[in-house]
This record gives sequence, structure tokens and C-alpha cells, in this order.
Amino acid sequence: MKKYNLLFLLLFAVAATLPAQTEKGSIHIKNATVITITKGVLENTDVVVTDGKITGIGKSLKTPKGARVVDAAGQFVMPGIIDAHSHIALDAVNEGTNIVTAEVETGDVIDPLDVAIYRALAGGVTATHAMHGSANAIGGQCETIKLRYGTYDPEELKMEGAPRTIKFALGENPMRVHGEGSGLHARTRMGIEQVFRRAFSEARDYMAAQEDYNKKMASDPQAVPPMYDRRMEALADILRGDIIIHCHSYRADEILMLMNVCKDFGVTKLVYQHVNEGFKVAPELAEFGAMASVFADWWAYKFEVYYSTAYNAAILTRNGVVTSINSDSGDYIRHLYHQAGKTQRYGMLTDNEALRLITLNPAIQLGIEDRVGSLEKGKDGDITIFSAHPLSVYAIPQMTIVDGVVRFDIKEDNDDMRLSVDPEDTETMMLDYDDDHRCMEGTAEELFKY
Amino acid sequence: MRFNKNIILYCLVCLFMAGQLSAQVVGKATKGAFLLKNATIETITKGTVKGDLLIEDGKITGIGGAVTVPASAKVIDCSGKTIYPGFIDMGTSLGLVEVSSISVTNDNNEIGDIKPYLEALTAVNPSSVAIPVTRVSGVTTVIAQPSGGLIAGTASLINLIGYSPDEMYAGFKAIRLNFPSSGARGRRDRRSPEDRKKNEAKKLKQLNDLWEETKLFAKIKEAKGSDASIRQEYNPTLDAMISTVKGEQMVLVEVNAENDILSALKWIKDNEIKAILTGCAEGWRVADEIAASGVPVVTGPVISIPTRGSDRYDRAYANAGAMKKAGVTVAIRTDQTENVRDLPFHAAFAAAYGMGREAALEAITIVPARMMGLEMELGSLEVGKIANLFICDGDPFETKTQIEQVFIQGWEIPMDSRHSLLYDEFLDRSPGVKN
Repeated sequence: MKKYNLLFLLLFAVAATLPAQTEKGSIHIKNATVITITKGVLENTDVVVTDGKITGIGKSLKTPKGARVVDAAGQFVMPGIIDAHSHIALDAVNEGTNIVTAEVETGDVIDPLDVAIYRALAGGVTATHAMHGSANAIGGQCETIKLRYGTYDPEELKMEGAPRTIKFALGENPMRVHGEGSGLHARTRMGIEQVFRRAFSEARDYMAAQEDYNKKMASDPQAVPPMYDRRMEALADILRGDIIIHCHSYRADEILMLMNVCKDFGVTKLVYQHVNEGFKVAPELAEFGAMASVFADWWAYKFEVYYSTAYNAAILTRNGVVTSINSDSGDYIRHLYHQAGKTQRYGMLTDNEALRLITLNPAIQLGIEDRVGSLEKGKDGDITIFSAHPLSVYAIPQMTIVDGVVRFDIKEDNDDMRLSVDPEDTETMMLDYDDDHRCMEGTAEELFKY
Repeated sequence: MRFNKNIILYCLVCLFMAGQLSAQVVGKATKGAFLLKNATIETITKGTVKGDLLIEDGKITGIGGAVTVPASAKVIDCSGKTIYPGFIDMGTSLGLVEVSSISVTNDNNEIGDIKPYLEALTAVNPSSVAIPVTRVSGVTTVIAQPSGGLIAGTASLINLIGYSPDEMYAGFKAIRLNFPSSGARGRRDRRSPEDRKKNEAKKLKQLNDLWEETKLFAKIKEAKGSDASIRQEYNPTLDAMISTVKGEQMVLVEVNAENDILSALKWIKDNEIKAILTGCAEGWRVADEIAASGVPVVTGPVISIPTRGSDRYDRAYANAGAMKKAGVTVAIRTDQTENVRDLPFHAAFAAAYGMGREAALEAITIVPARMMGLEMELGSLEVGKIANLFICDGDPFETKTQIEQVFIQGWEIPMDSRHSLLYDEFLDRSPGVKN
């Protein structure tokens, strides 16, 4: 009996170390207008997904065995929308206890039961960047997730193989939480710069100590290793180029500051988030190769976004900066196609330019463009079907598919799509529900609001 | 020494502001006679008309074919273009809030619980940067509303042009009442359901007391008219309430939760009040009851999250349409400050999710005008009405459409805003990186 127990335990241990097996599906979408993003718009075209991957785009394709067939005549098919800045599906957003918390990971607090995931699917979104908040200059590491709503396993949401990313934050948020809130460094944008210089310098020392130890090890097996430090490990990985920085930022000066810091430390993978004044330094961003993930039209809600323009995405795009439109909101994530459409009101981007802002460009910013962001053979079967052209304000998402599995179907949509209902939830109406899923969630400032 | 420092600082601030402002102030509006030629005219109330539209002295003086045009009229060719009446947003903080996170720039939320005497119009800043940003999108007229407390104050309708609040005033005022609610204020509202219930009962009693006190106050005031010996203490609160309590003046009743809407309807009926319900986020749950009451509704924001976790994902989008279908008179608002320009998009989402385009268009034009008793002046393109209108190159609900020219009270509005000026300056920034 004991033996069996041991065997069971062993089996369990093996199972626990295997990556989560995610569900893959096959689907045949017929006769649609297919917006590929990379290879034009194709009329009366089929898209075939086999076991989670796109295996065919063309006319009158064969249906793979066991595949669901969807007649999409008169409808528009595009790649699943990707949100490069979101806080949905997270139990916690800010570890606001220190101005540097590179050691924490949102991957540890994924909440697969968040109904916001379903609502995002109903807006055509298939992948999001589940970010740490903006309380700290160097916040936690983030997780790129696929919206595989239906699973109870947090691991299954994680996009296997997606590059590591980390949240940085400049300006008012870290200044308010630490400088004003706690009376600790930093209270100004001067101070914020030094947080990065100090952290990167310490990480350099940490790496040097490790290298010394590795060298010593060769001749001296008794050599004492340096103290292991998760924070330093993460910072060192940034310096090694293994982690992409996603930096919350607004003003032109602070944007330039972080590029200078990165240059000094040889860091090149840099994406700016929000970056409301990115348009002022678009040539510098383009030259550095830094990317920008912006709001379509948010401005004026605080001073550092007072000198903003809704033409930001258009100016950045025209200056050669890889730009995306993000939500940072449990509400806006549901209509990113509409937000992308605003770049036509403000800056007259072409249809394809506008749609790239919510598909291929955010994929590039997250380092997952070889997997998602366009409809191409070999890419993941992450697809959205709309009733009309997705940039039309009258378009309604009909079906959202992740890895070939239908995760939202307007025809099968029920009122209550929660996976788990809290028996103590009294279901009182809450107007500012969207206060959730935001950058400053969980900071003292926000808690004191009520 | 310190004094000197302050002076230097002051000068720096002035320099900084001057530098910024010089690039931000939009040009002057022009008044005169304008002939908008060969347009498609969406009148809203009288169908679609092909032809010309004449603006003189701030009014629409001709629509269609036989229009007598003064020689002085500036002719604007509108071939292939469409003219719509200016959009009306019946709930905004425009002009009252400049930067919401900086409290000293927020003039919408005064201390106190019952403050009907506060006039939003007093604090409307005609130079608010968000005003040009809003009007170039075709939104010409908005309600600037106070917030907070049981009676937030008196809201005012303003046109988005003018150098003083009085110039901007567009002819409608109403007291804004936040109807007592048992609902949670948000996820972090830690009050128990019992505490919330108690608070609701307390507020309702406060409200009923206010009504009784006002009635008594009004009686004494009336008696005083014929008997000079009667003394009455200064009481701005009760004085400001009289016309509302008597049912002469409209009151905007902010209410959102299902049960609260029902109690508000009962309270409105019992007290014979002229009311408009605002918000009504859960209006779809009690749409038949609202329709039966005959009380009109201003709902919005349309583009928002459902109020309950168990709600269908599109409830907020579909709310306006569901109420309209039940027979409720529905106008749409943004409840926004800097992005009131999104009003047509809120209406568009309502249109797509069950309301239909025509009703959604009416919900931001003629319906609000009628609600405010201003249907002879605003809300449609008709001869004799105020020339609040815009020219565009397509369906103004679509994001692709460009709004090409806006007129407010007959003024040809400069089509610039901080946003467009920054675009002009930075699209091809000079000097660039290398020079």
C-alpha cells in the first residue's frame, strides 16, 4: 500500500512539473472577408485551423477531421485582438511596498475566474499582457496570457514560450506612492532616474560577483557563492536582454531620460506604455527602436497628460515607431477595435495601419509576433469574427477563437458567464466596477479613496 | 531672500505658461451670414433634405431650394457633405473640471450635502482647454453639472462658445439630486448591506424633510408678500428649492440601481415633481415601470461595464435601446469631462446594440431639446432655430468620418483644439533628431 502511495506521489510530482496542457481545437471558417494584416484583405476566403494552428487560408478549403464549420459569409475575420496593457485576470496588481520590486511576478496571481476575461473575449480579444501596476519605478514582472476562459487552472492561461516582460513606471504614480505617500525617495523625476541607475548598477555588481564565483569554482570547489537575490536576478536578466521593459510613462522628458539610462547600460528592449507625450519625441523613439503602446484618446485626467493629443498614435506611426493601442481597463479592453478606429478620426490612418495597432504591433511589443498578430499559415488559431468591418462603429464581435477553440460565440452567450459564483456576493449594483483592473489598483492612495 | 526666490519662481511660471499657451490658444470665431451650398441636410425632425442651408444672425433662416441669400453671405460648398444639428450632451463636467486628479481645478463638487443654491454656471470656465476639443467633434451644447451630496447644486445648459458663462448659457437650468441609494459605491465600499440600507433610509428622510420645510418656507414667503410684518430668516437652501418643490422647475434625479429607480419613481409621483431620471444604468431591468411613469431618462455612459458580474457583457451598450423599446423617452449622455467628444460614439454603440441609428441620433439632438423645453431652439435643423450645426464627410457616428466645420449660435468655429494644434506642430517635428 505504501509503495502505491509513493508511486502516486511520484506521478503527481512529474505531472506538476509538466507545462499545462492547453486545449487546442480545429475550425473551418468559410466564405468570409479575411483581414490578414500582413497579406492584404481577401474576399470570399476560408480560414482553417487544425489542432490550434492555422493550416490554410484560401478558397474552398477542405475541412479537417472533427473540425467545427462556421459559415461566415458577409462577416469579417481578423486576427485575435491583443492588448499590450491590461490588469484583468489578476488577483493583485501592485506590490507597492518598495520603489523596486523586480522580484514579484503577476504570473503568481493569475485569476482564471475573472469574468472580465469573458467580457474581453466578447470584444474580440484573445491575448493580453497581464501587467503589474505603476506604483513602483521598477515594478513586478508581467505575464502574457491567452484568454482561455473556461479553465480553472491559472497555468493554462499563460502563453507558453512568451518572452518575459517587466513593468517600469515614471512620473506621478511612483512619485505619489513613494515620495508623497511614504516620504521616501523618489519624489521628483530627478529621483526616479536615480532609482534606475542605482538598480542597474547594483545588478551589474551582482553579475560581476557571480562571474567571479563561476571563475573561482573552476579551481576552487570550496569557493563561496554570492548571496542569491531574486530581485537582482530579475534586474540582471534585464541587462542581459532576457526581459522586455514595458514602461508606464507620460512626459517627453522622462521618456528621453529612460532611453538615456538604457543606452548607458546597454539595454535595448524597451516599450513605453501610455506615453502620452511620445508624439513629442517620436524621432528619438524611432531612432532608439523603442516602441509605444498608447491610449486612443485619454488625456487631462492628471497633469502629466494635460498636454496630450488624440493624434498621438498617428504621429508615432508616421514617424516609424511601432505603436499599439491598449486598454488598461476592464471596460476599454472590450472595444479596442473601436479605439483603433479613433486613429482614423484623429490622424486618418489607413484601415490596415489602424488594425495593426491592436494586432501585429502589440504582438511585436510582447515578442510574440511569430505566433500571433496576423492571419498566416503556421500561426496560432487566434481569430475574431465581426458582423461588419471591425473599424465600423456598428461592428459587433460574433465569435472569438483561441488556439482553434471557440471561447466566445454570440449565439451561445448567456446572461451569467461567471465560472464561479461567490455565495456571499450580494450582487449589489456597482457603478465604478471599472475601478478594478487599473494601474494604481492596490496602492494606499486608491484604498483611501473611499 | 525668500521673497526674491518667489519672484523668480513666479516669473519662470509665467514664462512657462506663456510658452505653452501661445501654441495652444485656438483662433477667433467669426459671425455673419453663411450659405452652406449643395449639402445633404439631416434635419432630424423633417427628414433628409438636399440643398442649401442659410445662417444669418445666429439662426437658421433658410433650408432647401428657395433660399434668398444676402450678398454678404460667405458661401461654403458642401457638395458630397452632410449637415447635422449640433449634438447635445445632457450630463458632463465640462468647464467645471480641468484636471480631475488636481482638486484645485475641480469646481464641480462643493462641500455640503444639500446645496441647491450652488450655480454650476458661476464656475464654468469659458477658457477650459477641453471646450474646443469637444466642440470640433460636433458636440455643441452640454449640461455642466455639479456633483456630490444629496442635492449637488444647479446644473446649466451651455453652448460651447463664449467669453463668459452668461454668454455660454443656453436656456436650461435644473437642480441635480442624487437619489438615496442602497447600492455599493464600488468594490471597496466596505459598508454592510444593513448599513447601506440604514444610510438610504436616513437620506430619504432628509429629502422628505427638505420638501416639507420648503413647502412651509414657501407659504411663509407668500404670506410675507401681503403682510410686511412677517419676518423670514435668510435661507438660501429652501429659497432655491421652492420652484422645484412646487413642480415648476425640472429636477435631474441621478439614480442607477434597479430598486433605487423604483423608489425614485414612486417618490417623484407622490410629490408631483417634474423630473428627469439620469444615469439609469439598470434601467433595462425596470424599463416597463419607467415607461409607465412617463418620466424621461438621460442615460450614459453607454460605453461602460455592466453593473453586475452576472450581467450579460453588452448590458450597458443595450440599456438605452431596451428602455426605448419599452416606450421610455431616452436621451444619451457621456457623464464625462475631457472626452465629451465621444458622445456620438456612445450613441453609436446604443444604435448598434438595439436602439437603431435614427433613435440614437435623436437621443443626442431633438430628444434632449424637448426634455428641456428647448425644442423651438435646439436639436434639429429647422428655419428659426439657433444655428448649432456641423458639416461632415460621412456618418458622424463612424470614427472614420471627419467633422469639417462646426457652427455654434451662428458662429463659424475655428476647427482647432489643443489636440489638432499639437498634431500640426509635431507630425513632422522640426528640428528633428539630426539637426
